[in-house]
Amino acid sequence: MALINASSPHIAGKNDTGQMMLQVLLATLPGLLALTLYFGWGSLINCLIAAIVAIGCESLALRLRKRPVIFFINDNSAIVTAVLLGLALPPLSPWWLPVIGTAFAILVGKHLYGGLGNNIFNPAMLGYAFLLISFPVQMTAWLPADGIMQMSFIETLTLIFNNHLDPASVAIVDGLSGATPLDTLKTDLGLSKTVPMIYELPVFQGFLAGKGWEWVNIGFLIGGLYLVYQGIIHWQIPLALLLTLATWAFLFMGYDSDRYGSPIFHLLSGGTMLGAFFIATDPVTAATSAIGRWIYGAFIGLTIWIIRSFGGYPDAVAFAILLMNLAVPTIDYYTQPRSYGHKEAKFGRGKRER
Amino acid sequence: MSDYSNIIKDGLWNKNVATVQVLGLCPLLAVTGSVVNAIGLGLATTAVLLGSNTVVSLIRGGVNDAIRLPVFVMVIAALTTCTEFIMQAYTFELYQILGIFIPLIVTNCCILGRADGFARKNPVLPSILDGLVMGLGFMIVLILLGAFREMLGQGTLFSNMDLIFGSAAENWSIKIFDNFPGILFLALPPGAFFGLGLIIAIKNIIDDKMDEIKEQKASPVGIRSKRVRVTGHIT
Repeated sequence: MALINASSPHIAGKNDTGQMMLQVLLATLPGLLALTLYFGWGSLINCLIAAIVAIGCESLALRLRKRPVIFFINDNSAIVTAVLLGLALPPLSPWWLPVIGTAFAILVGKHLYGGLGNNIFNPAMLGYAFLLISFPVQMTAWLPADGIMQMSFIETLTLIFNNHLDPASVAIVDGLSGATPLDTLKTDLGLSKTVPMIYELPVFQGFLAGKGWEWVNIGFLIGGLYLVYQGIIHWQIPLALLLTLATWAFLFMGYDSDRYGSPIFHLLSGGTMLGAFFIATDPVTAATSAIGRWIYGAFIGLTIWIIRSFGGYPDAVAFAILLMNLAVPTIDYYTQPRSYGHKEAKFGRGKRER
Repeated sequence: MSDYSNIIKDGLWNKNVATVQVLGLCPLLAVTGSVVNAIGLGLATTAVLLGSNTVVSLIRGGVNDAIRLPVFVMVIAALTTCTEFIMQAYTFELYQILGIFIPLIVTNCCILGRADGFARKNPVLPSILDGLVMGLGFMIVLILLGAFREMLGQGTLFSNMDLIFGSAAENWSIKIFDNFPGILFLALPPGAFFGLGLIIAIKNIIDDKMDEIKEQKASPVGIRSKRVRVTGHIT
């Protein structure tokens, strides 16, 4: 929730909210492509299910709140929330996982706070955290990155819409699913293996980091750079986030390379790039002032690294972003830029001259 | 007579402990994971509330205002200890499940609140009634919340009811969904916050509707027919 306005120029470009959100959707394509190539059709199906549910929930909430339905649906923000959530879910998650997550994100995360522009937390990440806490088994069943040939589109669709608790399909999913590189690292470190030993495992046989995951992250990096180029997101947040994450990983790798992952591994694993470029930069829930964006991004990076290294969950992007969403009003309060011609206040917000 | 009906209305709806006064949140949020826990704690709280209101009302003439709070707390603590012993004797498993939240009834604000806000100023009979309906109002919300969280958190309803009602209640358990993994989020304390929020919201909606209906009834002519027609033909 932005408490202050960004500084001038305030000239409105040709981009309205709907256009902007379409650009964001466009920018997710390289990442989605990489996900599909390495993990099969599941992510695409997840996104579609989530988008349909999001539009349904958005219309329902708008109708209940007596707001113009078509006007708000056209800003596409619900679809962006849905797609970001769909990209974060495991590809073979049963159909009700994106349904519940999206419904929670839109109804509770967005509309209970007053709709677009008033939500304190990023709705997609709220939905993700809700799912992760509620259904830990289904949420950690990722596929090994064996490529798109693993399963045809129809097979994937059947598996997703099949009753996931019927033993036969549970067996199929169990047989297919495997731990993500981050998960493997956490589990095997617990078994007192060293990081170089763990890097020998098949999940890590990419050319930079985890197999498949590196390309997913590079895909989101490309999409993110496109957004920065288009001026849709500000560069400070992703840069601060990635720099902090890499710096801490580098420092601790230097301290004990047997127990801490490398910077490249941290940057190209899990949801780092998706979080840095698409989720942390959400204009509603991110910090608004230039210094504030640096602080906000840096603390997300630090929190991601801390939770990944010492916490109970293998990946931490969602929790890190939600935690810092809470801090945004405070950050904005203390980093409000001085308006031109006014002296710096001795204390407080410095809004009025004393 | 209308006095008594007002007390009942206040306790169950207008001044409901959980949804209007929002007191006693700690047990409300912590132990409403299932219906049986909710009923257990609701009964214990109601018993203490009933007893403390009675005793406080009886001794209201003899207690100096300056030291009334310590006296009330002593009364409540004694009654809570009695309740705890009774539960330990007759519903031992439930006693173990509820654990620390039974002794913590002492600190439940609604009990001291009713003692200080009602029983201290009113005769015995209204005080007893007030304690009873306030406790019942609290228990109803506890049960609603317990049912909501048990259904969505575990997929069952009325499981383990034999802990309170004896072996006759052993097969009261209803399985709502087959193969339901349970939404763990709702079984954990955050789910109680959401549940309570929803219950309060629903109560407020009902209140608004009631007010609307009352307004419509109060005006002798219908709201829509108030304007006098000044043009056209009067038929």
